[in-house]
Amino acid sequence: MRWVVIAVAALLVGLLAYGVASQGSDTTIESALSQGKRVPAPDSPLPRLGAAGKGTVDDYRGRVVLVNFWASWCPPCTQELPLLQRTQRMMAAKGATVLGINTRDASEKALAFVHRFGLTYPSLRDGSGDFAERWGLTGYPESFLLDKQGRVAAAIHGPLDQRWIDEHVKPLVDRGA
Amino acid sequence: MRALALAALLLALLPSAALAAAPRTTLPDVEDELMCIQCGTALNISQAPSADQERQLIREGIAKGLTKDQIKARMVGEYGQNVLATPPKRGFDLAAWIVPGLLALLALAAIALTARRWRRVGDLRDGEAGPDALDADDASRLDRDMAGYDL
Repeated sequence: MRWVVIAVAALLVGLLAYGVASQGSDTTIESALSQGKRVPAPDSPLPRLGAAGKGTVDDYRGRVVLVNFWASWCPPCTQELPLLQRTQRMMAAKGATVLGINTRDASEKALAFVHRFGLTYPSLRDGSGDFAERWGLTGYPESFLLDKQGRVAAAIHGPLDQRWIDEHVKPLVDRGA
Repeated sequence: MRALALAALLLALLPSAALAAAPRTTLPDVEDELMCIQCGTALNISQAPSADQERQLIREGIAKGLTKDQIKARMVGEYGQNVLATPPKRGFDLAAWIVPGLLALLALAAIALTARRWRRVGDLRDGEAGPDALDADDASRLDRDMAGYDL
């Protein structure tokens, strides 16, 4: 009888621990950046938005990448799409790229925005939002600047602006480091 | 003439048979089985912008004549399994269905065992001679005395 009680208690504690662990957001990127360190970007294969097959962040290793998490139902996300497209033109000319991660969104709605703003940079689909959670996302939009080694060099929580692009993206693209 | 009447009757019944085969669903009927993918609450109580988008997708599915299961499958295709309010009955998610029932059975078994044990201890106590119990001599004297009374 005692062993049954112990087994049930252990099972409940295990389930509780699993629940708490799975709810916690990943603060690795944030804490590393605050210490001036660069950590490898989380990665896994995701479907391409508006194209067949899957892609990863690692596909762009060797190039500076501005990863932008966005959704079509998020007004600040769609408002910054023209700026992202201008940034893409600047980055593409120097071998770098913007990479959209369309998160918790309906693909048709997202594609409508891609066509409306004539976005030429690639986007991957993270319909469930699981990938965004691995990056420790706390809101929309959020953007992460990756160096050529695929490490996170800078991050911005909230909408991008030209000043942040000038301060972080341009120097890294020009240096190519 | 009879064959003509039969054919007319069959034609009249066809549309209703088709409707019965593919029942239309409603927004409340679907949204109470889905989650708001952004906020993690039930879709039917969520006011988040992404919840509005999910409801719009459901309405589009209803307008296309999709069944509830087809709409739910489409939502899973867009947002993954997390959009379902109840986990699927397969793989690791099956544990969500089995564990509560298993725990309830274990709790019932524990209660039954404990009750049986308590009853057994009570029975033993009832059968035991207490500190005030009479010895054999006193008991027979009491019986003799009691026999002297007309009760």
